[in-house]
Amino acid sequence: MAVKILAETLLSIRHIAKRFGDNTVLDDLSLDVHKGEVIVVVGPSGCGKSTLLRCINALEPIQAGEILLDGEPIKPDGKNITELRQKVGMVFQSYDLFPHLSVLDNIVLAPRKVQKRAKAEAEAEALTLLERVGLKDKAASYPRELSGGQKQRVAIVRALCMHPEMLLFDEVTAALDPEMVREVLDVILKLATQGRTMLIVTHEMQFARAIADRVIFLDGGNILENTPPEIFFTNPQTERARQFLNMFEFAAVKHHAPAED
Amino acid sequence: MPDLGLSVLLKGKNMARLLGGLWVALRISLIAVAISLPLGILLGVLMAGKNRVVKAILRVYLEFIRIMPQMVLLFLGFFGTTRAFGWNISAELAAIIVFTLWGTAEMSDLVRGAIISIPRHQYESSQALGLNKRQTYFYIILPQAARRLIPLSINLITRMIKTTSLVLMIGVVEVLKVAQQIIEANRMTSPNAAFGLYLTVFVLYFLACWPISLLARYLEKKWR
Ligand SMILES: Nc1ncnc2c1ncn2[C@@H]1O[C@H](COP(=O)(O)OP(=O)(O)OP(=O)(O)O)[C@@H](O)[C@H]1O
Ligand SMILES: [Mg+2]
Repeated sequence: MAVKILAETLLSIRHIAKRFGDNTVLDDLSLDVHKGEVIVVVGPSGCGKSTLLRCINALEPIQAGEILLDGEPIKPDGKNITELRQKVGMVFQSYDLFPHLSVLDNIVLAPRKVQKRAKAEAEAEALTLLERVGLKDKAASYPRELSGGQKQRVAIVRALCMHPEMLLFDEVTAALDPEMVREVLDVILKLATQGRTMLIVTHEMQFARAIADRVIFLDGGNILENTPPEIFFTNPQTERARQFLNMFEFAAVKHHAPAED
Repeated sequence: MPDLGLSVLLKGKNMARLLGGLWVALRISLIAVAISLPLGILLGVLMAGKNRVVKAILRVYLEFIRIMPQMVLLFLGFFGTTRAFGWNISAELAAIIVFTLWGTAEMSDLVRGAIISIPRHQYESSQALGLNKRQTYFYIILPQAARRLIPLSINLITRMIKTTSLVLMIGVVEVLKVAQQIIEANRMTSPNAAFGLYLTVFVLYFLACWPISLLARYLEKKWR
């Protein structure tokens, strides 16, 4: 993979702490994301990957530290929070389309109501984006008429239509049937080639390896590894990362000729 | 064939009087419904909100109305106010007020239930798109809650219409009262009139509520 010249910092997470009651989920965590960078976040279940993304989008308040986007602090009760959220697109694991709106209306709702864009212009862009993910003919359908993979592609388009500077993906394929995982990952891969800045949480290790500029390994509330994928997957620096990666390996099982009866 | 006493209906203006009585009952319930629905939506939104004091007050209101039999509420609203405050409101107005208080309370609880049944990720994906609280409510939560509310609120409306038969207890001459008057007046000539008249009242209530149920089913199918 070509080494990207590090562009300016888009997102700066500085010494943040996140607690739920006594449960400290993120502890003095810092991370910089540069423009155009694709960062994959991995780690065991419950280590706080979703929480980290939710803090970045101010869906969760943080107890210490700060998160800066373009140099501006992100706070749930901040005055400019809706402007900042427009710069960050997020796609969740659960299908989060609005069930009462058609695909097209799902996509243009925020551009129209939040960004006050003209209906014709927003719809034209939505249709172009839908076409790119192969769903133009579904514009008038309702979410319940779509497969899981189609729903996630619409959710991605919905985020893109707001022209975000950065995209957050939280295990967007985890709830999908295996045969639908690929169609969604392909869309995300295409976004990476367009130079999008992305923070991706995933359990698809092959995909992580293919797309990431950097892999972040999160455990025990902090970042244990922050390395290019070639290093992370072949020569992880910490024991915990090694153990984590081992979970994805399967020992060969011999099927032939039972040794004893 | 047994004499069902239906012939009494054809005597004089009896049928017209019954329909007039039905109109009185419907007028009371429809005015009460028309006020209860918007008011109930407003209170329901507040009950689903975060303000503890407001929620507690509304809870007390709801429980109070729920615990009281509607008959007691009617007596309280009509005779009670006359005695205690010297108000001299008509029985029909008292009935409208009581039914509005009741309908608003029940409606607000339905609205609250519908709102809190909307999954949290609906709020979050809306916020993540940059919609503020008000826009999230207006474009995402309330439309979905409304769809869940349709069958429930239709049920409430038919219950309100049916319960108007109680208002004869405070002297409102509605359909049931008219029926009783007609039965009373014809006791000598057609002793069987009771069955026929109550049957007619049954049919009239059915005809009033049936289209509403049909509408509910139609909307449910359309908005699924
Ligand atoms: N709203 C909440 N209230 C209390 N605790 C929470 C809340 N959300 C998350 N947690 C806790 O925070 C920790 C991290 O959760 P999080 O969902 O971020 O993990 P994750 O890394 O995304 O896991 P997974 O891979 O299973 O999705 C967990 O211990 C979880 O129980
Ligand atoms: Mg998670």
